[in-house]
Amino acid sequence: MAKMNMIQALNSALDNMMERDPDVISFGEDAGYFGGVFRVTANLQTKYGLDRSFDAPINEAAIMGMAIGMAAKGLKPVAEIQFSDYIFPGLDQIVSEMSRIRYRTAGAFTTPVVVRTPCGGGIRGGQTHSMSPEAFFTQVPGVQVVMPSNPYDAKGLLIAAIESPDPVIFFEPKRLYNGPFEGHSGGALASWGNHPKGEVPEGHYSLPIGKAEVVREGSAVTIVAYGTLVLVAQAAAEKAGIDAEVIDLKTLVPYDIETIARSVNKTGRCIVAQEAPRTSGFAAELAAQIQEECFFALEAPIQRVTGWDTPYPHAHEWSYFPGPDRFINAMNTVLEA
Amino acid sequence: MAHTEPRFHVPSPHVRPGDKPDFSHIAIPPAGEAKRPDTAVPGMETQDLALGLVRVLDHNHQAVGEWDPKLDADVLREGLRHMVLTRVYDDRMLKLQRQGKMSFYMKSTGEEAVAVAGAMAMSKDDMVFPSYRQQGILFARGRDIVEMMCHCISNSRDNLKGRQLPVHYTWAEGKFFSISGNLATQLPQAVGYAMACEYRGDGEIAATWIGDGSTAEGDFHGALVLASTYRAPVIVNVVNNQWAISTFQGIAAGEAPTFAYKGLGYGLASLRVDGNDFLAVYAATQWAAKRARDGHGTTVIEHFTYRADAHSTSDDPSGYRPKGENEIWPLGDPVERLKQHLIGLGEWDDERHAALEKELNELVIASYKEAESHGTLHDGPLSPVESIFEDVYAEPDWRLRRQRQDLGV
Repeated sequence: MAKMNMIQALNSALDNMMERDPDVISFGEDAGYFGGVFRVTANLQTKYGLDRSFDAPINEAAIMGMAIGMAAKGLKPVAEIQFSDYIFPGLDQIVSEMSRIRYRTAGAFTTPVVVRTPCGGGIRGGQTHSMSPEAFFTQVPGVQVVMPSNPYDAKGLLIAAIESPDPVIFFEPKRLYNGPFEGHSGGALASWGNHPKGEVPEGHYSLPIGKAEVVREGSAVTIVAYGTLVLVAQAAAEKAGIDAEVIDLKTLVPYDIETIARSVNKTGRCIVAQEAPRTSGFAAELAAQIQEECFFALEAPIQRVTGWDTPYPHAHEWSYFPGPDRFINAMNTVLEA
Repeated sequence: MAHTEPRFHVPSPHVRPGDKPDFSHIAIPPAGEAKRPDTAVPGMETQDLALGLVRVLDHNHQAVGEWDPKLDADVLREGLRHMVLTRVYDDRMLKLQRQGKMSFYMKSTGEEAVAVAGAMAMSKDDMVFPSYRQQGILFARGRDIVEMMCHCISNSRDNLKGRQLPVHYTWAEGKFFSISGNLATQLPQAVGYAMACEYRGDGEIAATWIGDGSTAEGDFHGALVLASTYRAPVIVNVVNNQWAISTFQGIAAGEAPTFAYKGLGYGLASLRVDGNDFLAVYAATQWAAKRARDGHGTTVIEHFTYRADAHSTSDDPSGYRPKGENEIWPLGDPVERLKQHLIGLGEWDDERHAALEKELNELVIASYKEAESHGTLHDGPLSPVESIFEDVYAEPDWRLRRQRQDLGV
């Protein structure tokens, strides 16, 4: 075991996989020599060579297309999109190509690319460096969508993504790269060094895609969250002294409905959370499915804690961010109902 | 009719429906004029070739000049056979579409040489990322015609389980990648595939095809950046057949003198070739394939040709171009030109040609009969309904398993 932040854990995942499998290669804008603007691919070029860790031109569509072609030949490309806000030029290649090659060729070709991309706000990134566009990709049959919330999961899930026979869009909540975050702006940055999920094995391990985890047990209300908001939800429950059960979804596609339903059937109350804008977000899918599965166990309407239906503002970032107070309000609402 | 001078420049073709077909504005350099440089030439030194026109067959159907690939008569006859088969197949499939046997069809009439000669000049181990008008590659690589038809009529034997529109073929064993309806997406994919060939060091290269209109897509330019940056062993074929559905090539070309010329901006070797000249297409592809295999990178080849028929069965060209243009296309008909070349060599004659057409017609008719015995889109049998839930992922997850139950299959 070693202490790792999420950047180091992701780097360790890539390092492990590149060591084990010569077909694994990594590339992206600034992702080669320099090791990525967030340093996730640091040292890989030195260790594995220019043709396994290299810089790509600034063209996300070309990067995605190149990755698809490489995967069609049997390589395992891990392509970085520098910020998930920049993924849109590559959308046609993901939505119309990568996700459907297996289907439209009836399995004759497969293109299991891993797309790594930092997402979410909380780093003063303004509207072009803060988005959480995960819901777009949950509308795309053929890709899996993953978003870890801590270093241990990040490494295990990235290894699973690289080993997956299917394409994976792997979202990295960048607010959590360097430390856990409880949703309060300002103050000193916390360290993963003091967090149990900052203990990361140095070797190879993987966590199953499609499995959620109950990270805080409780009986009063279930909070389903993923990414940064998992930690915020836990902190909010502590702060309010509410016996909330918090589920870290980890995988959005395919999401773990069993774990969610078991919890909601137990607590009878549910909050679903996302950092993205509210309308048509992934929380809406969760709410719809939960009411289908658990309607007769529900004591109160399902509440959503989300970003606002606005672009992510720069100066008023913390008014946008769904922090602990919004979770506490939602918990009070469902508990009072 | 009132005429308002446009306030900004919008290119327009020389003639429109009702006008007399006219290609007098197209300069056709004589066959044999183009120089054939060494395949290791720096890309920028191909400027004359990007602006000119590589032609081998002259107006007497004789092979002339440095680009003559000097092929054996057997190879020429094989090429002719694949081209005639492509044409016969297209004509029959169009008729069948008109009879309601399939939802959609796209002919490649007039462009047979681009696909057939291109495929024959490469190794069968090389990967191709075609667009939707290169069915000739499949014939050149020996794809079973019945299988092609079963795909087009989406029946129980369609190798794509009825998931793709007709003519969007895939044939993995023949190194023929899946055709997309989204234009130009295959370009960066072909480059990535070619880079993976280099990575594997297996001597394989890749080729891709794109229409003149689709060169306006970002993926074309992104692919050329990649190809240039990583010196990928890939051949980028731009099939300039003058028309993107109803839009003439000038809307995509803009002020660029040729489509091949665009490759020079990326420092890539770029050739403009008479796409109706089997020998020229063969020679250019052979040149580009050697260049790629020897580690000198990508070649852009513009195939200058003419889409002799409609874009697809959903299109009516009489709405945007004069009738009869294909008959006066200055570079003629690719099948007729290769036929006349072989006759000139004393290696072919009208009787043998008529017999070939008859044989291939019968083959296509018999193949359709067999294909139809496996069902049609209209009357079935199709692939099993439950197959719609297969191949979305390697294994269906709970959502797909439940949805299959919901559908009751």
